[in-house]
Amino acid sequence: MTNTAPLVATAPQRNGAGGRGSRPSARRPASGRKTLTAYLFLAPFLLLFLTFVVGPAIFGIWMSLTNWSPFREVQTFVGLQNYINLFTPGTVTASDFWKSMSVTGIFIVASVPFLVVVPLLVAILLNQRIRATTAFRTIFFAPYVLGVAVIGVIWGYILDTQSGILNHLMGLIGLPSNVPWTVDVPWVWVSLVGVTVWWTMGLNTIIFLAGLKGINADLYEAASLDGAGTVNKFWNVTIPGLRPVMTFITTTTILASANMFGQSYLLTKGGPGTETRTAIMYIADQGLSQNNMAPAAAMSYVLFAALAVISVINFRLQRERVEKGLK
Amino acid sequence: MTTVLSRRSMPAKRAWAQVSLYVVLIALALIIVLPLAWMLITSFKTDADAVRAPYSLPDPVSIEAYQTLLTSGQQPIFLWLWNSFAAATVQTVLILVTASMGAYALARLEFPGKKIVFGAIISTLLVPPVVFLIPNYLIVQNLGWLDTIWAITVPGAASAFGIFFLRQFFVGLPPEIEEAARIDGAGDIRIFLQVLIPLARPALATLAVLAFLGNWNDFLWPVYVLLSPENLTLQPGLNQLQGAYSTHFAIVMAGAVIASVPVLILFGIAQRQIVESVAGSAVKG
Repeated sequence: MTNTAPLVATAPQRNGAGGRGSRPSARRPASGRKTLTAYLFLAPFLLLFLTFVVGPAIFGIWMSLTNWSPFREVQTFVGLQNYINLFTPGTVTASDFWKSMSVTGIFIVASVPFLVVVPLLVAILLNQRIRATTAFRTIFFAPYVLGVAVIGVIWGYILDTQSGILNHLMGLIGLPSNVPWTVDVPWVWVSLVGVTVWWTMGLNTIIFLAGLKGINADLYEAASLDGAGTVNKFWNVTIPGLRPVMTFITTTTILASANMFGQSYLLTKGGPGTETRTAIMYIADQGLSQNNMAPAAAMSYVLFAALAVISVINFRLQRERVEKGLK
Repeated sequence: MTTVLSRRSMPAKRAWAQVSLYVVLIALALIIVLPLAWMLITSFKTDADAVRAPYSLPDPVSIEAYQTLLTSGQQPIFLWLWNSFAAATVQTVLILVTASMGAYALARLEFPGKKIVFGAIISTLLVPPVVFLIPNYLIVQNLGWLDTIWAITVPGAASAFGIFFLRQFFVGLPPEIEEAARIDGAGDIRIFLQVLIPLARPALATLAVLAFLGNWNDFLWPVYVLLSPENLTLQPGLNQLQGAYSTHFAIVMAGAVIASVPVLILFGIAQRQIVESVAGSAVKG
């Protein structure tokens, strides 16, 4: 953000110079060799990309249209049957899948507001004129560099119902000391959201902080001169100034929450029952542990479609707000 | 009138605001630090001590838990540490080499199909990784890579983000820098290696840190593609360790310490670069 001003300032000259300078060489007749050179530079990446991204994406679609199984010699094309099964109420797979989708949905709805608002407030605190900003920033970000397994292990013990340190401490100050943090609803949700905020809060905080630094200080001064108070400045200067950052953060945070796997896998084992078994957890289990690969491939595409719809809606909403803001 | 009033009350008000600001920040910092400190403290306890007094200091200070881990045949945690380090390094190098070459072509060379290739790469950025999970498992299986380091390094090296991020950087460089080299008779390869790569060092360092952390902390994929105890990385390994020693707090916490200390040290050394590069890549991207 801070870099945009000089970039914008130099861009026109640069484009002018680049346009004049590079055109003669770009139009040279020996373009066959140029093309070859370019594709040779791209070759190592494209090899990986075609093998492990494009290939699997197509393979996955094809698999979802067959009765693919690792135990079957010949696969037959079954059309949209795997998808139809997912949308046929009453079958075990359909109800389990939609249950897991709703679990992911609940987690998105429960976690994203905290994952956006808490870092925003922390970033605003860190953006004040205080000492040791860097130290605080470092501490808040630190858990994010740890893997989810470390997080799961630490919090598994803190949140344990019988021997967990949290219930122990709560008992000491007279609160109930038998809260089933990782074994019963609704506490499992409190734990999963809380642990996720603890773990990843630092990421959005530093992104917001970078966004805040990019807001022109003159705008705050002008608002002060107009008699705006702290709250007023927050809504009329800070929030509009953070708009592009906000779009980025909400989009990436929704996608991250939609991909939640480790926290449930490690802390609640998807339980109680299947109450916290997320879509990713269910698809991975069906595809790789239960060998229901074809239905699982279909599920992964249904999840993808659902996320695409959510992303489009999110983009639309944000754009609308930007347009309203401009008017 | 109002200005006089506010000027008089300002210093006291400001001091209070300052104090409460620090109180909130320190409280938050404690919430972050205490669980990590507790992990470290517990790892130096005996099993009995860890159960008896979960939140007191170790009495006596014991390295029993670490000794148990060191001699454990089923949970070779130092081997996992090495595996994690090796895998993260191999994948980081693969990403740096392939993404910098590809990004150079997409940013600085003209060729037919450029827009299609770039568009195809970028469009995969928003595809959830689970879409590739099952097909990639079968591909890795057919390549004979299950339970090897290749399974956890090569497929993930196809980094659309790496291409996007480095292309962004290369596009921002003025064309004059390579034109000067071209006049001196340098070819594309020399321009790439001797002009652009040195200039891209900060961007490459950023990408390296992000790639390393990403691979180090990956959980879902290694849980499914690594099978034998000696081939695990720390993340799936820690999960096994917890299963095997679920009632032995000290041992599991020692495992967590071993898994987190290397990245925390790396983070401590390079925290400014890491924090700024992560924030920068997001805000610019």
